[in-house]
Amino acid sequence: MTDLFSKFDALIAQREGLLATGVKDPFSLVMEEVKSPTVAVCNGKETILLGTYNYMGMTFDDDVIAAGKKALDEFGAGTTGSRVLNGTFQGHKECEDALKEFYDMKHAMVFSTGYQANLGIISTIAGKGDYIILDIDSHASIYDGCKMGDAEIVAFRHNDVEALEKRLKRLPAEAGKLVVLEGVYSMLGDVAPLKEMIRVSKEAGAMVLVDEAHSMGFIGENGRGVAEEQGVLDDVDFVIGTFSKSVGTVGGFCVSNHPKFEIMRLVCRPYVFTASLPPAVVACSATSIRKLMHNSNKRAHLWENSKTLHKGLRDLGFQLGTPEAQSAIIAVIMPDLEKGAAMWEALLANGLYVNLARPPATPAGMTLLRCSLCAEHTSEQVSDILDRFERAGKAVGII
Amino acid sequence: MTDRNEMFDRLKDLIEPFNKKEVDVTEATTFAGDLEWDSLTVMDFVAEVEDSFDIVISMNLQAEIENVGHLVDAVKKLTD
Repeated sequence: MTDLFSKFDALIAQREGLLATGVKDPFSLVMEEVKSPTVAVCNGKETILLGTYNYMGMTFDDDVIAAGKKALDEFGAGTTGSRVLNGTFQGHKECEDALKEFYDMKHAMVFSTGYQANLGIISTIAGKGDYIILDIDSHASIYDGCKMGDAEIVAFRHNDVEALEKRLKRLPAEAGKLVVLEGVYSMLGDVAPLKEMIRVSKEAGAMVLVDEAHSMGFIGENGRGVAEEQGVLDDVDFVIGTFSKSVGTVGGFCVSNHPKFEIMRLVCRPYVFTASLPPAVVACSATSIRKLMHNSNKRAHLWENSKTLHKGLRDLGFQLGTPEAQSAIIAVIMPDLEKGAAMWEALLANGLYVNLARPPATPAGMTLLRCSLCAEHTSEQVSDILDRFERAGKAVGII
Repeated sequence: MTDRNEMFDRLKDLIEPFNKKEVDVTEATTFAGDLEWDSLTVMDFVAEVEDSFDIVISMNLQAEIENVGHLVDAVKKLTD
């Protein structure tokens, strides 16, 4: 018998090798208690959370929690059904209405996760004979959406407008084309030149999908994302987003002005063949989305946090993923996986949680300590965070 | 119709700057096994080939290209 698991041997060996050096397993952390959007208890120690994507700190918002409790009482624990059968409750419609208002778009479709939103929309709208043109550093959910569909997939170098334009021009003029971009790329926290990319895409007759998972709620005048910030949201055919970041719950969505968009509810398999979100989740989400429409003070504080952390880390001598703070993600580049894991553990021992990210999730084979800031981090917490980075960085010998 | 040998020579020239192990390149040379290219090198090389021939090599097609001979066939087909 061939052991089907033998294909994982290299990864198993790498993992065992890493753990043999004495570091803790960075991928099996348990949060024993969560005290607020920015503080949890890990290994019995109070820990500042700097790797949660909880950008706007909505997870513990009083109104959000109250809405969830009410829905749990009135609608029960779950829907036990698909959106197209028995799984669409009042809350799901309210959530979609909130999204339509938030983005000022005609159609909104809520999925059970952000992953499924990309999987479903991309695999369904681009079919046999069509082309999907995507940034090489696209999120796994985008690649998986491509893999699930029947379109031809063409990749171009990360954020390279010229490489995109050249490839678009080489494709058959009459073929259907979908350009897939992200507003903020989650590994390095860098922003895409959407304005130029969307211009060349439209010139080539392509439709454009932008994943704004990491920008919703705080980039753009109304928090609609990088496309809004760069003044090109009207040219985006499909915006994909998630509830598991700024909204503070779980779920995914697509908003669009396409006149035929509603047919997606019948043909998009990751929408049809799965259970819908529980009533409490959609109630929390709808409340949170509506609150995110009005909080310029929180947005300003989040930006201040991001800029302060970026400058502080740079001044300490860390190598960062972007020359300046472009989003609420600050990626600290580690020399290698061993040093990265040691630094991650040293930070945790100092009461600070960040994400350890490594290939294949990261670009260019990098090991990253990815920090994501929250609007609820106080200025004191940010200065604490910098102290802890300094202590850990010196202990591990990175700075 | 481009001559097959001529196509091989042109592609071999494009491979050389990426041939860090100085492998003797034949049609049977594999990209992952013999040249030991990682995904980043593959991406850079594919972009180089695409730009040289003004073609697009989709990821679907890349998945079928394991050795230099496969690449010769694929590029010939795309340019003929």
